[in-house]
Amino acid sequence: MSELSFFLGCIAPNRYPGIEKATKIVMEELGVHLRELKGASCCPAPGVFRSFDKLTWLALASRNVVLSEEMGIDLLTVCNGCFGSLVDANNLLKEDEELRSDVNKVLAEVGREFKGTIRVRHIMEYLYEDVGVEKVKESVKYPVDLKVAVHYGCHLIKPSKERHLGSIENPTFFDELVEATGAESVMYKDKNACCGAGGGVRTSALETALKLARAKLENAKAAGVDCIVDACPFCHLQMDVGQTEIAAKFGDVFNMPIVHYSQLLGLGMGYTPQELGIDMNYAKNDEFIAKIEKIGGGK
Amino acid sequence: MSDTIKTSDLDKAFRDEVMTEPGAEKLILCFNCTGCTAGCTMAEHEPNYNIRQLLRMANLGMRDELLNHPYLWNCTTCYKCQERCPQGVPNVDILLKIRTMAVHSGIMLDNHRKVAQLMAKTGHAVPINDDTKEKRKKLGLNEIPETVHKYPDALEEVHKIIAKTKFDKLTEDKS
Repeated sequence: MSELSFFLGCIAPNRYPGIEKATKIVMEELGVHLRELKGASCCPAPGVFRSFDKLTWLALASRNVVLSEEMGIDLLTVCNGCFGSLVDANNLLKEDEELRSDVNKVLAEVGREFKGTIRVRHIMEYLYEDVGVEKVKESVKYPVDLKVAVHYGCHLIKPSKERHLGSIENPTFFDELVEATGAESVMYKDKNACCGAGGGVRTSALETALKLARAKLENAKAAGVDCIVDACPFCHLQMDVGQTEIAAKFGDVFNMPIVHYSQLLGLGMGYTPQELGIDMNYAKNDEFIAKIEKIGGGK
Repeated sequence: MSDTIKTSDLDKAFRDEVMTEPGAEKLILCFNCTGCTAGCTMAEHEPNYNIRQLLRMANLGMRDELLNHPYLWNCTTCYKCQERCPQGVPNVDILLKIRTMAVHSGIMLDNHRKVAQLMAKTGHAVPINDDTKEKRKKLGLNEIPETVHKYPDALEEVHKIIAKTKFDKLTEDKS
């Protein structure tokens, strides 16, 4: 059985614990044991904290990486933002000796040292590259008969020179993993557009951030999908909590279910929406929950 | 419509400072094709946000206008423009460097200051709340996740790192 450390970040454990639980369940089913990365902090978020002070951003990000180095295993994240910080920091410090020396002087304060011995993995690219679409498909006992809008998000695939995941204009790996569950990935307008949350925009200019989220929700709805599937708790929050904010600010109501890929795959493995926390979203859609309750065999 | 830019008002040292960021030396390769802004998702929704213009201002050395620019913080860092730039200019990395220069000059938005202080204190930009604790229990997870929330020694490490880099001073309330 393969082993990875599970980097939780902030939003999954502290707002959407269903994503945390679903990830543990599906990875175990796929033969990947996740070990807790005890004492990890905020990644810290790439757009804001890197903007404020690069050395602090690098030092805190590398501390998280070092925790996994000390366990001797690669690190897994289920969040695009955390991936952005951790993979970029990990690569920067592996490549730039001067920067590594600066960061290690800070880490020496807490008795740690960045050595550059592990890889940072995002669940989507790990499933695609290491587990494989076929094995994911074999793990699905109850095909998920849903039409979904795939939302790649940004930091999963960009900057591409640090990612090596193929085309950033027309990526396909996420769609392939979604279709492996039996769901249909439906094309929709501006599929690769940003959700609007990143870079500190949601924090400082909420109304503007929500305009980007509203466009995503409108385009997904126009394509007639049952739900949006993402791989980032921050996009998840922006499109889910965002719906209640959009209703209050602009009067538009979507009732669009937002599902993390771990949760979608969990459905295909026979787990209930309640076990996967899909019913814990802020935007409520009972009709959708009733529909997906029928997927599993009551496992 | 626009004010005339006087070369005597420009600060050439500003551009050099921006270009100390690795990769940012490519800033001078920008020929203003506007491919970045044409594809910008933010610009579609907020037309006042124009990354081409911000980088042009950096090239010209318009320090004060840029560090205080009302739309400097509108980039969501989606990196689409950086991927598409025909000149290979790392637009987003450069913008982040300019933001860092603003923060280090004491120019910071209130909500950003708050989230920075929250992270410096709790180790999380989004700390746990009672509602989520309930949800965690319902799912059969530990009420408190295995992060700095659970381990005081780990939080102490975060505090020490932040004190060492002086991030706490950088982001404290202005007196």
